[in-house]
Amino acid sequence: MKGLLKGRIVSLAAALAALAASAPAHAIAWYFQTPASQMARDIDQLHQYVMWLIIVIFVGVFGFMFWSVYAHRKSVGHKAAQFHENTTVELLWTIIPAIILVIIAWPVTKTVIAQKDTSAADITVKVTGYQWKWGYDYIKGEGEGINFLSTLTTPREQIEGSAPKGENYLLEVDNEMVVPVGKKIRVITTAADVVHAWWVPAFGAKQDAIPGFLRDIWFKPEQLGTFRGQCTELCGKEHAYMPIVVRVVSQDDYSKWVGERKKLMAAAADDPSKTYEQDDLMKRGEKVYAANCVACHQANGRGTPPAFPPLAGGKLTTGPKEGHIDIVLNGKANTAMAAFGKQLNDTDIAAVITYERNSWGNKSGIVQPAEVKARRK
Amino acid sequence: MSSIVDTHPAGHAHDDHGHHGKYSGLMRWVTTTNHKDIGTMYLWFSFTMFLVGGVMALVIRAELFSPGLQVVDPDFFNQMTTMHGLIMVFGAIMPAFVGFANWLIPMQIGAPDMAFARLNNWSFWLLPFAGMLLILSFFTPGGAPGVGWTMYAPLTVQMGVGMDLTIFAVHILGMSSILGSINIITTILNMRAPGMTLMKMPLFCWTWLITAYLLVAAMPVLAGAVTMTLTDRHFGTSFFNAAGGGDPVLYQHIFWFFGHPEVYIIALPAFGVVSQVIPAFSRKPLFGYASMVYATSAIAILSFIVWAHHMYTVGMPVTGQLFFMYATTLIAVPTGVKVFNWVATMWKGSLTFETPMLFALGFLFLFTLGGFTGLVLSLVPVDIQLHDTYYVVAHFHYVMVAGALFSAFAGVYFWLPKWTGRMYDEKLGKIHFWLTLIFFNLIFFVQHFLGLAGMPRRIPDYPLMFETWNKVSTIGAFGFGLSQLLFLYIVLKCIRSGEKAPQLPWDGADSLEWTHLPTPAPYHSFETPPVVK
Repeated sequence: MKGLLKGRIVSLAAALAALAASAPAHAIAWYFQTPASQMARDIDQLHQYVMWLIIVIFVGVFGFMFWSVYAHRKSVGHKAAQFHENTTVELLWTIIPAIILVIIAWPVTKTVIAQKDTSAADITVKVTGYQWKWGYDYIKGEGEGINFLSTLTTPREQIEGSAPKGENYLLEVDNEMVVPVGKKIRVITTAADVVHAWWVPAFGAKQDAIPGFLRDIWFKPEQLGTFRGQCTELCGKEHAYMPIVVRVVSQDDYSKWVGERKKLMAAAADDPSKTYEQDDLMKRGEKVYAANCVACHQANGRGTPPAFPPLAGGKLTTGPKEGHIDIVLNGKANTAMAAFGKQLNDTDIAAVITYERNSWGNKSGIVQPAEVKARRK
Repeated sequence: MSSIVDTHPAGHAHDDHGHHGKYSGLMRWVTTTNHKDIGTMYLWFSFTMFLVGGVMALVIRAELFSPGLQVVDPDFFNQMTTMHGLIMVFGAIMPAFVGFANWLIPMQIGAPDMAFARLNNWSFWLLPFAGMLLILSFFTPGGAPGVGWTMYAPLTVQMGVGMDLTIFAVHILGMSSILGSINIITTILNMRAPGMTLMKMPLFCWTWLITAYLLVAAMPVLAGAVTMTLTDRHFGTSFFNAAGGGDPVLYQHIFWFFGHPEVYIIALPAFGVVSQVIPAFSRKPLFGYASMVYATSAIAILSFIVWAHHMYTVGMPVTGQLFFMYATTLIAVPTGVKVFNWVATMWKGSLTFETPMLFALGFLFLFTLGGFTGLVLSLVPVDIQLHDTYYVVAHFHYVMVAGALFSAFAGVYFWLPKWTGRMYDEKLGKIHFWLTLIFFNLIFFVQHFLGLAGMPRRIPDYPLMFETWNKVSTIGAFGFGLSQLLFLYIVLKCIRSGEKAPQLPWDGADSLEWTHLPTPAPYHSFETPPVVK
C-alpha cells in the first residue's frame, strides 16, 4: 500500500513536471469553435447571454452569502436571530426567478423554431452511421447520385504512439463531405447498426443517427474552409474514431467536384464478372481490410477474442468459401460484425475475402467477384 | 416493547453485546434487524463501492492524460465508463443516503426502529449480491458491457454475457431500493412519536419521504427497460429493434423516464442533510421550513415531466422540444427557493465552520454552479451544441459529486459523534474538505472548457487541442482519489481512538436524536416514544 502510494505520488509529480515542461504544441481550446453559420452564431450568442445572466445572479447570491457568513460568524460574537420565515421575501424569490426564465425562454424559442425548419433546402444529403465510419449519399440537388464512405485516415501508428501525431489527429478522413458555400444543406441521418450522432460544431448542427429511422437537420455554411467534428453518441469500441469532415467550397469548385466525383464513380464501377489474379486481389484486399476490418480483427488477424474473433486460423477463414462470403455480405446478428454487402461492391468483397484467406498463415484459395455476386440475395 | 425496557434499563453500558441479539461476530451483521446496524452496513458498503468506482474513474483519467492509446484498449475503456457510472450511482451514492435514512429517520421521528425490521435486513443484503454480479461481469467472455451507464439500445444487443449479469444486478438493486422505500414510507407515516406531526419533522425526513415515493415510482420503469433489453437480446423480441418493428428511441424515453427522477432521488436526501447541518452551525432555525417542503414536492413532481431534455438530439418535433425546455427551466424556481432559504438561514445567524458546515457550504456553492449549467443545458439550441460533450460530464458531476457526495461527507462528520460517541479529528477533517474541494474543481471545472470546445464524452482518445485541460483534469482526479483515503483514515481514527464526544457536540443541533438521546445513541432507542410539544 505504502509503495503504491509512493509510486503514485512520484508519477503524479512526474506528470506535473512534464506538464510544466511541455507547453502544448497545439492551441488550448476552451470555447466554441468559431461559428461558420448563422445558427452556430445564434447558439454562441444565446450561450453568452445566458452565461452573463448566470454570472450576475451567481455573484449576487453568493456575494450575499459570503458576506452574511462572514459578518455573522460566532467568533466575532454575533448572536443568532431567531426569525424563520417572511412571506413577502419568499414570494419575491419565487416570482422573480420565474420572470427571469421567461426573459430567457423568449429568444431561445425563436432559435428552436428556426433550427427545426428544414424546408426549401438546396441540397439534401443522407448520412448513414456505420460502426465505425460515415456514409454520404447526395440524394437531391446538384450532385445527386454521388455516394461514398468516409473513414478515418489517421494511421494506427499515431494512435498507438509509435509515430508523432499529425495536426488533424483523429479529425481527418479519406472522403470529405463537400458542399457549396451559402447554400442550405439538409442532412438526413440514419444508421445501419447502432445509434451514432453526426456533429459539426462550427455549423451548430448535431443530430443522432438512429437505425431504422430518418431524422433531419440543416445548415448553411457561410465561409470556405474545412470543418471538423466527431461522432457524439457512444457506438461501441471505435466510437472515438469516426470523425465528420465537411469541406465548404465555392459554387464553381463544387460543380467541378461533382463532375470529378461522377467520373471517378463511373471509373470505379467494377465489372463483377471480371476474373482477377491472386496478387491483384491480395493488394486490393489489404486496402479494404485496413479501412474496414482492422479495428476489430487487428492487423495481425488475431482479433481480440471473444468479442472479435481471430481470422488467422479461424474456422470461417479456413473453412468453405460460402460461409465466409455469407458472413461478410450479411454480417452477424447482435454483434458488431456489419453487413458489408451494403457498403462494398463485389470486387472489394472478393478481394478482402481473398486477403483474409491467404494471410497470417491461412492458405484457403481465392474468391472471385462472380462468386460473391452469386451469393447476394 | 416494555419488556425490553425492563431488561435493559437506561444507562446500561452500550458495548454490552447482550444488546445485539443472540449472534455475535459476523452472524450478528448477517442476521441483524436493528436500524443502526443496517445503517452502518449501508454506509460501509457504499464507501467500498465508492472506492471501487473511484479506481475505475482513475483508469479513465489515466487513459485520458494524453491523446493516443496508452493504458487500456477502447473496449475496456468503455467497460470502465459503464461500470464507473453504474457503481457510483447505484452502489455508492444511493446506498449512502439509505444508510443515513436507516440511522436517522427512526431517531428523528421518535420511533424505536424501522417499520419492517426483517425486510430492512433483506433490503441491505440484496446489495452485496448485486455488487458482486456487476464486478463478476468483468470476468465473463467479452467482459463487462461497454455501453455506458445509460445502456442505450441497440448497442446492448452486441454485448456478451456481462450485459445479462448487469441487467440482473439492476433488477436486484431496484428490488432493494423499492423494499427500502416501502419501509421508509411506512415508518414515517405510521411510527412518528405523539405530537410529531408531519410538518414538525426534520427536513431530512421530509426529503426522504418524497424520495421514497420517487423510488417506488421510478425503479419499476428501469426494471421494465432492462427486461425489454434482456428479451431483445435472447428471446427474439423487437422492442428496440427497428428491423422488427421496434424503436431504439423508445428505450431512451423509458430510461430517462426513470433517469430524471433518479437525479432527484440522489439530490433530495442530500438537500435533507444540508438542511440539518446549516441551521445547526448557524444556531438559527431553518428559514422557510414550509416552503422547503413545498419546493421539494414541486421538484419531485416536475422531475417526471422533463425526461426528454436528455434527448434533444434524437429529433423530436418542435412542440416536444419546447415543452420539455419550458418544463425543465421551471425546475430552477423551486431549486432557487431552496438555495435562497439556506442563505437566509445563515443570515443573522451565529456561524461557526466545523467540517460538516464547510462541506455544506461547499455543497451549496458548487451544487448551485451545477444547477446553473443545468439551466444552460435546458435550452434546446445550446444543448444541441453541448449534448454528449464533456460539458454535460462536468455538469452532472457538479450535481452528483459536489452535490450528493459533499452533502454525504457533511452528514458523516455531523453525525459521527452521535453514531460512535467519539469526535473525529477536526484539523484532519478540514484538510480533507479543502483537498476535496480543490481537487474536485481541478477535475471538473476545466471539463466545461473541454465540452464547449467540442470534446465528446466516452472517448478513450481525442484530438490534440483537448490535451491541456485533460492533463489538468487527470491530475485533479488522482489528487481527489488520494484525498478520500484521508477520509477513511479520519473515520477509522475516530472510531478507534477519537476523543469522547460530549452529549451535544453541536450546540445548534435540535432534532430528537440530539436532544432526547444520549451520545452515542444506545443500541435500542425510543422504546417508549418521546412526547413532542
